[in-house]
Amino acid sequence: MSEQNIGWSRDQMAERAAQDIPNGAYVNLGIGIPEKVVRYVPEGREVIYHTENGLLGMGDAPKEGQEDPELINAGKKLVTAVPGASYFHHADSFSMIRGNHIDICVLGAMQVAENGDLANWSTGNPDSIPAVGGAMDLVAGVKIINVISQHVTNKGYPKLVGKCTFPLTGVGVVKRIYTDLAVIDVTPLGFKIIELAPGVSFEYVQERTGCRLIAV
Amino acid sequence: MINKQVSSVEAAVSKIYDGATVMIGGFGEAGSPIELIHGLIDQGAKNLTVINNNTGSGHVGLAALIENKRVAKMICSFPKSANSLVFPNLYRKNEIELELVPQGTLAERIRAGGAGVPAFYTATSVGTPLADGKEVRNINGRDYVLEYGLTADFALIKCLKADRYGNLIYNKTARNFAPIMAMAAENTIVQTKEFVSIGDIDPEVVVTPGVFVDQVVIISNPLLESVLVSAGEVYP
Repeated sequence: MSEQNIGWSRDQMAERAAQDIPNGAYVNLGIGIPEKVVRYVPEGREVIYHTENGLLGMGDAPKEGQEDPELINAGKKLVTAVPGASYFHHADSFSMIRGNHIDICVLGAMQVAENGDLANWSTGNPDSIPAVGGAMDLVAGVKIINVISQHVTNKGYPKLVGKCTFPLTGVGVVKRIYTDLAVIDVTPLGFKIIELAPGVSFEYVQERTGCRLIAV
Repeated sequence: MINKQVSSVEAAVSKIYDGATVMIGGFGEAGSPIELIHGLIDQGAKNLTVINNNTGSGHVGLAALIENKRVAKMICSFPKSANSLVFPNLYRKNEIELELVPQGTLAERIRAGGAGVPAFYTATSVGTPLADGKEVRNINGRDYVLEYGLTADFALIKCLKADRYGNLIYNKTARNFAPIMAMAAENTIVQTKEFVSIGDIDPEVVVTPGVFVDQVVIISNPLLESVLVSAGEVYP
């Protein structure tokens, strides 16, 4: 495929998602492109990052020589704690999630349906090892669930579909999707384009989407 | 005099029996009580049900316990991760059972078990395959799934500091499941990096009060799973 120059890069998708995170928000970021969001929060906004393994106030990766293998994020990567951070056990951490205390979660997706259903934990392939982690807790409990994802799969299949074919993570949970081609809201009438990436037409996005889109 | 300190790992894990349910603390290597797990492998108990978020990595710690065929069933949320080959191989051969539980539901089931709460309703997993066959109840207009509390015969956990009463504090994100597992297990076995005098831990900062702890063994220089894995270590 020779379409790599069309639309937003992974970093630009993260940068666009970061624009929608307000000052003072408590935010949980999924593994993959969502992790990049932390770099792009506009200056002047103070945002607190939650990592579900038990840290509120997660900072950047540690400098060389300052790594602690017992200070990691949910992706098991080494991180730091910012001044004012707190540690807590898993039940408290998931009370923050399940008790609606976290404001925004940005997740990756395998499929999103036009009613907001999300599939991001399993292809349903019987040979694969099922693993869910905290995804189902996040979509059930965080106030706003946004998704960052390429618009189509590596093989070119739409990830935005009328109905998910993969096992669901949550029903009707996704609010907004940032893809390489567009920013799209889930509305009662279906997917609505909010913004197109530079040089990308509505028709171009529609051709790569599994269901009808509503124009800006 | 109360003194929960025991002299060796061997003594600490000696009561674990065949068929026991064992909660093991740790999220990845953070908080993983490697010395206690290796002690359990040496001790020989088998047909265990093990509750941990993951299934270990490489051929040490929890992965070694599984590889040595001591575990009949895993209850966890994320059984695959980098360097995790032992569990997937056995699972594909149908030689180990898996109960897959969303991570927050797993934590809440453990907390509930430790608090004497037999079951609770949660919105997590509603409408997904992980709610199949479970009771669903609509409360105030929203659907919730019934989940049962989890208890265990033993817990193996790791902490930073302990005293002879069993009061514990932890290191950073190594705390993860340990405090709730200590509550949910009949017999909680702790490995601590430091053993301090009564009163040295400020009562305001005690994370796990001693009532939840049964045995404490000092491991001053605990092994690190990632170091063992990159060195290609295999236990035993």
